[in-house]
Amino acid sequence: MTGEVLVLAESSGPAFRKAALEAVTEGRRLADLLNVSECALAIGSGLRDRASELGKYGADKVILADDPSLALFHPDYYRQIALEAIKRVNPSVVLAAATSAGKDLAPRLAIHLGTAVASECTQLELENGKLIATRPAYAGKVLLRVRVNSSPSIATLRPNVFTAKEVVPGKKPEVEQIEFGRPDSRMVVKEFVAQGAKKLDLTEASVIVSGGRGMGGPQNYRILEELAEVMGGVVGASRASVDAGWRPHSDQVGQTGRTVSPTLYIAAGISGAIQHRVGMINSKVIVAINKDPEAPIFGFADYGIVGDVFEVVPALTREMKAFYGKT
Amino acid sequence: MRRVPDTAARVRIGSDGKSIDTSDAEFVINPYEEYALEQAVQLKEKHGGEVTVVTLGPEKTTQVIMKALALGADKAVHLKSDKIPEDPGPLARVLANELKGLEFDVLLFGKKGVDDDNQQVGQMVAESLGIPCVTQIVKLDVSDGKAVAQREVEGGSITVETTFPAAFTAEKDLTIPRYASLRELVAARKKPIVVKDVQLPKSSIEIVSVQNPPPRPPGKIVGKGVEAVPTLVKLLHEEAKVI
Repeated sequence: MTGEVLVLAESSGPAFRKAALEAVTEGRRLADLLNVSECALAIGSGLRDRASELGKYGADKVILADDPSLALFHPDYYRQIALEAIKRVNPSVVLAAATSAGKDLAPRLAIHLGTAVASECTQLELENGKLIATRPAYAGKVLLRVRVNSSPSIATLRPNVFTAKEVVPGKKPEVEQIEFGRPDSRMVVKEFVAQGAKKLDLTEASVIVSGGRGMGGPQNYRILEELAEVMGGVVGASRASVDAGWRPHSDQVGQTGRTVSPTLYIAAGISGAIQHRVGMINSKVIVAINKDPEAPIFGFADYGIVGDVFEVVPALTREMKAFYGKT
Repeated sequence: MRRVPDTAARVRIGSDGKSIDTSDAEFVINPYEEYALEQAVQLKEKHGGEVTVVTLGPEKTTQVIMKALALGADKAVHLKSDKIPEDPGPLARVLANELKGLEFDVLLFGKKGVDDDNQQVGQMVAESLGIPCVTQIVKLDVSDGKAVAQREVEGGSITVETTFPAAFTAEKDLTIPRYASLRELVAARKKPIVVKDVQLPKSSIEIVSVQNPPPRPPGKIVGKGVEAVPTLVKLLHEEAKVI
């Protein structure tokens, strides 16, 4: 008999991450294909009133572990709870978002369960009840289709690739609590320090405005921040500008930085070297602004403007302000 | 530490359609493990001790082992295997088995290999050994028998404390790797390398096919300079429908 689909629904503060809702929606789709029910696992603090929200995204049942000590991801605590939930549910498929927590936790579960994880998947299929995952490797230079032959099959889902959708509006799932007794751990998770005023991570943003070497220096990123603010986006950077010390590494898009897939990616003063390209090529729409008409970025951008970023970007900010003012 | 194709390398699909042909790629130390190795060498310089590099890979891995020894490692263990499985689990089990026989306080990994992009091995080895593991760290301070690590997460960082032995996986910001001098490259030849043949357990993950990513349809140049901006906004709204 095929087991259920279990989805780890990650929270950030007392709300579920968008990537978690994406995973729950995809979990519903798989559960329907397998003709089984979907269970979501919510771990965090202050989630009691929110847990049933997961029903709308498709969860038939929610297992909830709610405790102040679970506010931040703790590998040992989260692993213990996830293993307990897996024991209760006996799933055939386990999904998590490929966030810093999901990517940390999934392999730990796999070792304990004697199974395997397909990391950062961009597409999932089922074949004879087995999970086939499409996942980019070599920073997206190739796509691997892999079959997970052990059970439960675990997959982490790249944020912003799958759609979060209220597929069953108004659905109230059954909520079951896990009593959390803090296990012994040699790790103490101290505190979360937010980086600047940035609220959204690059991987979760729907608009990214990135700057490269063509920005000339750290002070000039202000014009990108203004544009990002008008559009409700965040600022990214190329490796060249991170290596030059203009921007923190957490802003880097590319092979040794973040892989992003926003709805709109605006590349300003970025030439489009392979190592950058692989990090952003899956954006829905790419706009390039560069003074060099021969820059490789124009070879794969959907829309390009040849021109000086210091003139074009502020003009674009004004135009966007006017646009958003109208609609 | 693992040996990977350089990030600038072109990657070709193997003739069987189920593998990756890296035969003409240049191989380097996985960049994330260069940050980890640099951290290990800095800890040794500050607190004493010894740095051992453990790697699993084919015969040719010797070349990157020599590089690691030149960069400050004292000795190396080369677990020889021609086949590296798609599933990091078997790899982690073999590594954990080998590490059981070594005494250490700090076990450093790169957060992931830039080849398979799995980001699993460090946590898996630590779980197999039953020791703490802090992943994606950008800072590591060691004093009074404990470590304080900062792990990079969405929108900021989380501080985690642990006692030893403990494992850590390196994010890019952890360190800036040094360059090896010619003298160090020569000296590396005299450092000990223990070579062992290993058999990897069965992989639970099987590659069904390898594909090239779908090509992006060619885009268009909207125009030159500021005059093109209104057209761009119109296209983004009406044609691309993203705003």
